[in-house]
Amino acid sequence: MNQITNFMSNDHRHCDELFAAAEEAAGNGDLVACRSRFQTFLAAMTQHFAMEEQALFPAFEEASGNTMGPTRVMRLEHQQMRDVLAALADALAAEDLEEYLGEAETLLILMQQHNIKEEQMLYPMSDQFLGNSGDAVIQAMRELREGAST
Amino acid sequence: MNAPGLSFEQAPPFSVPLRFFLTAPWFLVLAAALLLWEGPGIFASRWLPATLALTHLLVLGFMAQVMLGALLQILPVVVGVTVPRPGLTATLIHLPLTLGTLALAGAFLGDGPVGFQIASGLLGLGFGVALTAFHLAVWRAPVVTDTVIALRCALGALLVTAVLGLLLGSYFGWGGLSLPIVSLTNLHAVWGLVGWTTLLVAGVAYQVVPMFQITPPYPQWLSRGFAPLMATLLVTETVLTLTGWTAAASWAGAALAVGLNVFAVGTLALLSQRQRKIGDPTLIYWRVSLASLLSSAALWLLTQLIPAWTQAPHIDLLMGIVLIFGFAVAVINGMLYKIVPFLAWFHLQAQLLGRGKTPNMKRLLPEARIRQQFWAYLTAFLLLLATVFYPSPFIYPAALILGVTGAWLGINLLSVWQIYRRTLQKGREPTPAKG
Repeated sequence: MNQITNFMSNDHRHCDELFAAAEEAAGNGDLVACRSRFQTFLAAMTQHFAMEEQALFPAFEEASGNTMGPTRVMRLEHQQMRDVLAALADALAAEDLEEYLGEAETLLILMQQHNIKEEQMLYPMSDQFLGNSGDAVIQAMRELREGAST
Repeated sequence: MNAPGLSFEQAPPFSVPLRFFLTAPWFLVLAAALLLWEGPGIFASRWLPATLALTHLLVLGFMAQVMLGALLQILPVVVGVTVPRPGLTATLIHLPLTLGTLALAGAFLGDGPVGFQIASGLLGLGFGVALTAFHLAVWRAPVVTDTVIALRCALGALLVTAVLGLLLGSYFGWGGLSLPIVSLTNLHAVWGLVGWTTLLVAGVAYQVVPMFQITPPYPQWLSRGFAPLMATLLVTETVLTLTGWTAAASWAGAALAVGLNVFAVGTLALLSQRQRKIGDPTLIYWRVSLASLLSSAALWLLTQLIPAWTQAPHIDLLMGIVLIFGFAVAVINGMLYKIVPFLAWFHLQAQLLGRGKTPNMKRLLPEARIRQQFWAYLTAFLLLLATVFYPSPFIYPAALILGVTGAWLGINLLSVWQIYRRTLQKGREPTPAKG
């Protein structure tokens, strides 16, 4: 009964690893590696946001009858993260790895306090509300992910 | 379980937690001033009034100050429940706690019962408000996670600590009660440090260690079982102590010490597997803190198993310094460097709405300044340890460097607030018309 929690938490961990790899390259002063790793990270984040905003959140809102509650705040935080991701891209365009590291530190905290809310509360509640239709939501999210990578 | 019970309503206003964080470091400076004033005699015994004043400047003025302020901030994140009227609640906790701490230190240093009466009243009010607000929140948590369980245990331990503290305060303030003062004082200290402090740190660590350091998660037997087991052992030790089963109480104490060791070793092992490869000053604070927890728990275990050690003259003081200054002050100091710059950034971003760029965390507080303050902290810690054995040459440098590290932390946090205010002001100025 915690299939959504597991599926989505694993995707968070995947994004974390890509984040750490790009940050490590920035820490080593390796602009080329940082650029390519950041692109991989950015793609994974964009995909994750899409899975939530297009499949999971609408399903949660429908099942719970609440569109102004937790999912609204989650969408707002996605926008905040998109702003920091843009600042990271700007830092790479300006070849400023110090700036990249400062923005990365900020993104890490922003991203993880967001993940804590999702993994500790929103995903477990989604599992409960959606029950057996959770399978269909995961399937829809898989299709969004595969659609994005082809 | 219902969705309306879940509230992610973003953070309370910045001023709610910030007042606690900006106040706390200056209690380290006050503690340093007291050390300087008292000189080498202060470490002759843990029972001296001046030593008790010093301890409470640290545990109430610094530790409780930050821990309660941080709870107001993190409850919406980790529990999903907001504290109602956060501004008023914060004032009703912060003001009596700050004044009550000063009153209590004054009461220990002065003579006469009035100081204890004032301190008991103020601290009773502050902790009463905090305990009511936080218990109402954690017991209404929409999803009961390992962190929620640990927070419930920690806040239960805070309740016991506060009640014991108020009992002792009333004893010195009004008299009339016949209390086993030594046993109650020991229990008050154990519930405060092992119950409230360690369990709160553990509940927070379950989230922040794997998330912010990018490590594997805590094994579930540890994150699920640690806090309830420790709380049960604390109750057992208390009952055995109060009913006179001292030998059995020592075994409960030994089991508590083993528990602390397991948590410390488990967390250090996770940190050694971190995937985040770049340096992070908060990580150094975590490592010092956990190594200190490990050492003080090992010492405690030895005193429980080898009764002769309990008589060793410096053992209590040594354990106290390592547990309070080495474990708790370090981890709190380290976490403040994540919390305060992040909250400044977070509120700036929300309020500027794209008018002007929000300075990132490392611009709000450069890493070099965090590292410099850490070296001052570490020096103060080592000098304090040396003071236990050789008070006379070491007390003055220890006090001075303690003052330096406290003031440095205070100034570092104030500087974040200054940039915050300046950036906000600039963002609010009307954009000059071009042409």
